[in-house]
Amino acid sequence: MLDYITSYLKSDTTPGQAGNFLWAFIYILLIFLGLSVAVIAMNWLERKILAHMQVRLGPMRVGPHGLLQPIADALKLLIKEDIMPAEADPIVFWIAPLIVVITSFTVFIVVPFGPTHAVTDMNIGVLFMLGVSSLSVLGIVTAGWASNSHYPLIGALRSSAQMVSYEIAMGLAVISAILMTSLNTEGTGTLSMIGIVQAQQAQQTWFIFKFFPLGLIAFFVFAVAMVAETNRAPFDLPEAESELTAGFHTEYSGFRWSLFFLAEYSAMIAVSSIAVTLWLGGWMRPFPHWLTGDTWDLVFSLFPGVTFVLLALMTFYSTIRMPKHPYFRVQTIGLAGFGAVLGLIGLALFMPPVRDRIQDIYWFAIKVAGFMYLYIWYRGTFPRYRFDQLMRVGWKVLLPIGLGVLIVTGILGVVLS
Amino acid sequence: MQPVATTFFFYFLSALTVISGIGVITRRNPVHSALALILALLGQAGLYLMLYAPFVAGVQIILYAGGIMVLFLFVIMLVNIERSQKEEQFNKQWIVGIAAALALGVLFVVVYTKGKGLFPTTLAQLPETDNTQSIALLLYRDYMFPFEIASLLLLVAIIGAVVMAKKRI
Repeated sequence: MLDYITSYLKSDTTPGQAGNFLWAFIYILLIFLGLSVAVIAMNWLERKILAHMQVRLGPMRVGPHGLLQPIADALKLLIKEDIMPAEADPIVFWIAPLIVVITSFTVFIVVPFGPTHAVTDMNIGVLFMLGVSSLSVLGIVTAGWASNSHYPLIGALRSSAQMVSYEIAMGLAVISAILMTSLNTEGTGTLSMIGIVQAQQAQQTWFIFKFFPLGLIAFFVFAVAMVAETNRAPFDLPEAESELTAGFHTEYSGFRWSLFFLAEYSAMIAVSSIAVTLWLGGWMRPFPHWLTGDTWDLVFSLFPGVTFVLLALMTFYSTIRMPKHPYFRVQTIGLAGFGAVLGLIGLALFMPPVRDRIQDIYWFAIKVAGFMYLYIWYRGTFPRYRFDQLMRVGWKVLLPIGLGVLIVTGILGVVLS
Repeated sequence: MQPVATTFFFYFLSALTVISGIGVITRRNPVHSALALILALLGQAGLYLMLYAPFVAGVQIILYAGGIMVLFLFVIMLVNIERSQKEEQFNKQWIVGIAAALALGVLFVVVYTKGKGLFPTTLAQLPETDNTQSIALLLYRDYMFPFEIASLLLLVAIIGAVVMAKKRI
C-alpha cells in the first residue's frame, strides 16, 4: 500500500497516464478545493476591485474589509428558500444547473498546472476542453426554457445564438495555435495540453510572440471570444439586468442559483487556462531560455514565497490601520491571524523541496489570475454591446480575422520549414 | 495504460445510447426528446472512445452535442409546445414498421447463430496516440478530392439558405 502511494512520487507522468487511481483522485480533490477557494476569492476581489474602480468602498461590514462577505453570502444562499415556478418543467429545471456545473468542472481534468501536475494528459486535450465547455450552453438554454417565463426564455435564446457564433471564431484561433505546434523539430503537431506547452518549450517562444504579430492577433481573437463564451461583460447579454432582469437564471434562487454562479466563475478560469496554455507558455516561468543558469533558477523559484510574504505584509499593514475602538478588537485579531497564516504559507514555500515542486503551479496560476483581473477590468470599463453589434463583431470581424490568421500561419509554416 | 472494466463500460454506454434513443421517440415533449438525443449522442461518443478514436469522440461532442443540438433546442423553444403535445405522435404505419422490425430481428438472429465466424478473430491494434494524425492524412491526402466536393456542397447549401431566407440581399 505504502509502495503504491510513494511509487507515483518518483514518476514523471500525470497520474492518469501512470494509471494511479489514488493519486488521480487526490489531484481531482485538490483541483476541486483550489477552484472553490478561487471562486470565493474571485467573488470578494471582483466586488472590491469594481468598487474601487467606481470610487466606492465595496463590502466593508462582514469581517475586516469585507473578507468574510463571500462566506456570509454562501451561507445565505444555502439557507434561502428554494423556489420552483408552478408552471416550470420540474425535471429540466432541476437538471439544468447540474449540466452547467458538471461541464465546467469536468474540463479541469486536462488542465496542465505543470508537466506532471494534471489529472491526466489526453491526446485530444484542447478538443476535449472546447467540446465539454461548449456543452454548458445546453444547461443555460434548458434553464431558460424550463423556467417557463419570458425573460429567461429570451436570455436563453440570446445565449445559444451568442455562444454558437463565438465558438467558431474561438475554434479558428485555437487551430492556428495548434498549427504552430506542428513546427516542432520532430514535425508532428499535437492537441494534448501538455504537448502544446512542451512544443513552446522546444521552439523557445510563447506562441503569442510566434510569427509576430500573427500569434498576437490569434490570441486577441481568442481573448474576445472567450469573454463572449463565458457570458461576461461586455458580452453579458443573456443576463443583461437592464433588459432581462437576470436573464436565463431569473427564476432560480438559493442553492440552484449558486450553482450557476460557481459554474460561471469556474468556466472563466477554464477558458483562461486554455488561453494560458496555448499562447502564454503554460507553466513555464518568464524567460526560461534567456535568463538561464542556477542563479536565475533560484531567483524565479523564490517568487511564490515572496508573493505570499508580501500579501502577509499587506495584511499586517491593514491590521495596524484598523480602528482602535474595542468594537473592532475581534476583527483586528482575526486579520492578524489571517496575515500570520499567509506568512507561514509563504515561509513554507521557501523550503527547497516544496519550492521546486510548486513553482510551475505558481506560474500557471499567476497567469490565469492576470486573466481574471482582466475580466473584472472589462466589467468595470466597457459598456454592454447591443445584440446586433455583438453578432456583427462575431461574424464580420472576428471570424474573417481568425480565418486570415489561420491561412497566413499555414503558409508561413510551410514556407519557413 | 491498460483499459479497465471494458465490458462494463461497453454495456453501460450501449444501454445509455439505446434507452435514450427510445426516449427520443417516446417522449411527448420535444425538449425532453432533444435532451434524450443529446444523451444518446454522448453515449455514442463514449463508444468511439472505447474504439480508440478519441478525435472522433471529441468532434462528436463538439459538433453534435454542443453545436447541432443547441440549434435544435433553439428551434424547438420557439415552437408552441402546448399544441405540439396534442398532436399525433406516431404515424400508425404498422405494416411497414413490423416488416422493418422483422428484418432487423432476422439479421440479429443470423448474426447470433453464425457467431464468431463473421468477425475477425484477432483484435485490430489501433494506436490511439496518432488517431488525429491518421484522420488528417486520410482527409487531406488520400481523400482530398471528395473532401473538397463535400465542402463545396456545404457552401452551396449555405448560400441557398441565405438566398431563400432574405428577399433583398
